[in-house]
Amino acid sequence: MTDPILTIKNLTVDLPEGGDRPHAVEKLSVDIAPKEIVCIVGESGSGKSITSFTTMGLLPKALKPSTGEVIFEGQDVLKLSPREHAKLRGSRMAMIFQEPMSALNPCYTVGDQIEEVFEQHTSLSKAERKAKTIKLLDEVQLPEPERIYSSYPHQLSGGQRQRIVIAIALALDPSLLIADEPTTALDLSTQAQILHLFKELREKHSAGIMFVTHDFDVVAEIADKVVVMKEGKIVEQGTAEEVLNRPKHPYTRKLIDAVPRRTGSVNAHMTEKHKVMEVLGLNKTFHTKGTMFKPSRTVHACKDINFIVHRGETLGIVGESGSGKSTLVKCLIRLEDPDSGSVIIDGSDIAQFTPKLLHPYRKSIQIVFQDPYGSLNPRRTIGDQLVEGPINFGEDRAHAMERAKKLMEIVRLEQDALYRYPAQFSGGQRQRICIARALMVEPEVLIADEAVSALDVSVQKEVLKLLNEIRDEMGLTVLFITHDLRVAAQICDNLVVMQNGEIVERGNVDEVFGHPKHDYTKKLLSAQPGQNWNVPDISKLPPVDPALLDQALNQPMGAVR
Amino acid sequence: MSETSITSASTEKKASAPKKQKTPVHQLSPRAKMLHRALRHKGLLFGLFVMAIIVIVALFAPLLAGHDPYSQSLLARMKPPVFLGGTWEHPLGTDALGRDYLARLVYGARISLLIGLIAATISACIGTFMGVLAGYFGGRIDLIVTFFINVRLAMPVVLVALAVVALFGGSLLVVVSVLGLLLWDRFAVVMRAATMQVRKLEYVAAAQVLGASLPRVLIKDILPNVMNHLIVIFTLEMAHAIILEAALSFLGLGVQPPTPSWGLMISEGKEMLLFESWLITIPGIALFFLVLSINMLGDGIRDVTAPEGRN
Repeated sequence: MTDPILTIKNLTVDLPEGGDRPHAVEKLSVDIAPKEIVCIVGESGSGKSITSFTTMGLLPKALKPSTGEVIFEGQDVLKLSPREHAKLRGSRMAMIFQEPMSALNPCYTVGDQIEEVFEQHTSLSKAERKAKTIKLLDEVQLPEPERIYSSYPHQLSGGQRQRIVIAIALALDPSLLIADEPTTALDLSTQAQILHLFKELREKHSAGIMFVTHDFDVVAEIADKVVVMKEGKIVEQGTAEEVLNRPKHPYTRKLIDAVPRRTGSVNAHMTEKHKVMEVLGLNKTFHTKGTMFKPSRTVHACKDINFIVHRGETLGIVGESGSGKSTLVKCLIRLEDPDSGSVIIDGSDIAQFTPKLLHPYRKSIQIVFQDPYGSLNPRRTIGDQLVEGPINFGEDRAHAMERAKKLMEIVRLEQDALYRYPAQFSGGQRQRICIARALMVEPEVLIADEAVSALDVSVQKEVLKLLNEIRDEMGLTVLFITHDLRVAAQICDNLVVMQNGEIVERGNVDEVFGHPKHDYTKKLLSAQPGQNWNVPDISKLPPVDPALLDQALNQPMGAVR
Repeated sequence: MSETSITSASTEKKASAPKKQKTPVHQLSPRAKMLHRALRHKGLLFGLFVMAIIVIVALFAPLLAGHDPYSQSLLARMKPPVFLGGTWEHPLGTDALGRDYLARLVYGARISLLIGLIAATISACIGTFMGVLAGYFGGRIDLIVTFFINVRLAMPVVLVALAVVALFGGSLLVVVSVLGLLLWDRFAVVMRAATMQVRKLEYVAAAQVLGASLPRVLIKDILPNVMNHLIVIFTLEMAHAIILEAALSFLGLGVQPPTPSWGLMISEGKEMLLFESWLITIPGIALFFLVLSINMLGDGIRDVTAPEGRN
């Protein structure tokens, strides 16, 4: 094999004093060879981004690498002055960020932003720069490069913007490309295209690619080598084939086990067929007023939506961003007023109710939102927020508090959590609290609006399990809104697939995912990364090497503190 | 189950460790964290300290003054303060009418603080009410409120205050109400923007879904989360009001003599500026420290309540 372009040897980055662990990254060693995609996998807080930032010389001031070397093209970049490092950045090493929305400057055309790289690092003439830029746009497979060249970022879609970011990174043909979760913020089909682009780049350019991600399916799709990180340390590294199919370390096994998968038919728990909620011909359009420069626009967010949910059922509503699922949810909980149609619950059509009439029915439908950080009021204790609902419906506080205590147990949190503030909890715990808050008023339908999308896989798994248990124990009906097909497949009984505000396909999970009829469903399914990877059954793998197990046991989670 | 719960708790603890280095304080309530930060904030502590001294002086004015701030003595006119060769009978000397300067300064603190507090409170009520409604509802209400803010911003404060005081006479009550009715613009602008931000958050939607009434959402979910902005603006406007009062009094249209007010003291001393400059410097320094301490307090509170707003 050729010499590696990047060798990280024994790298340790210290966290400031009083951090939750002494080192952000500890004794990390990785090699990246040309034409190789190395995936760094780990959950949030595992130090994977710190590794890429160190290599790029973009560490926040509070963090300092204390030992080790990062050898890039024969020189240790940790010893470079900031100015020398800046010279390397963009020309020899380049980075692609997670958020294509904020990685581009909205004040300049994308053409200007790509050309800036040439301006900084080369002495090409204006015409040459433009020619090169157009060629780049072509290379990242953007349609009509000339038009894109003079567009502003806000005129492009997320996927197109990410391609621009990639084009900027590729401008000077760097020998190292660092991609930090480049597809996490994108839709499934866009993600598939971008991943495909990465694979092509590996063939065409000689660059080594460091690909930071949390998603094992993405790893399975593109990785040559995998590095699994946990709390700043490498727990396992090897070729993709090895790590994915024969993981050795218990932590890797746990992560792979947590990857959501189809778990066969789950309809068994549904015994009765009692209609809980029925949605008939629901329509919602948004009008934007025209101005002198802009024609007025009408957007059909929901077009003639019909579905029925039965007691104890989990109905998945699947679609990409802009498919109208969020608007549908807002109409169901009446945060938006539907234009026409009915939402029948308990025999009453609540779609056109006035706020006063609606009030008693609010109890019946509750919701858990996506963002665990935005959905709890930071200035009120958990208990105070939990009893809010019952108090609004006329219950007395002490009584409600009793139920809050019981619910804390159900969502597996300690009772004194009730007297704490949201900031003291992690994302997964907050999501449990949100579930408890929704359950406080004993709803019939619980809407989970992307409720697990922002969580790490292992936490995600726990929350999904909890949702399933609660549904079975309480006879709850769950509307599960998600863009993640794997999660939908794992938890839902029936599915509706939405596209552009319409339901394009419906049926049970086996029908929809096993024999999709609509083109859009087929497209979505084929865009799913990691299809060639059969997730190994962890229980059938040979037992963990006792040495590794000891190591895992010897650093209990107490070390996190 | 015990095993799964252990592993889940541990992974979550890890998830709580964000990639960026954040405050290391674990498992503290927001209030405890805030206190922790407050005790390390030098500016805040300085502001608090000076402010506390001035407040104590104002509260215990009769005990500290030693003289009646109103009693004149033509025999003891223009006595210099101790550090300029005066006696301890009048530590800060006497003014042109022979009134004890220390007594007037101490009683003047009451006037300044009172005017600052009341004027800022009136403004805060008006501005917050308008700003929160505009930010929460948007649309037509927002348009109306924005219009009022624009009208208010188009009025020169000092000029309007001068005109009103000239019309209605310069009592303490008039000065306070005029200032209170004129200084709400910044409250309204900031509260409106802050409310718009908070309104979009999901806990507001969650409260609505849980059947919370509108006043309840506003009081329980919106107000507490815009409170830190409110406090900061309050301190700024309080300092603003105190300076405006001094300016009005200096121009002869504020608090009327013989009430002891720092602005008035400066005004009365201005004829003697070249001969007995301490007549102006002493109330000037007092005013400077009061305004400085209020501003440092405000900055400190902002840093302590919203540390992400720094840098």
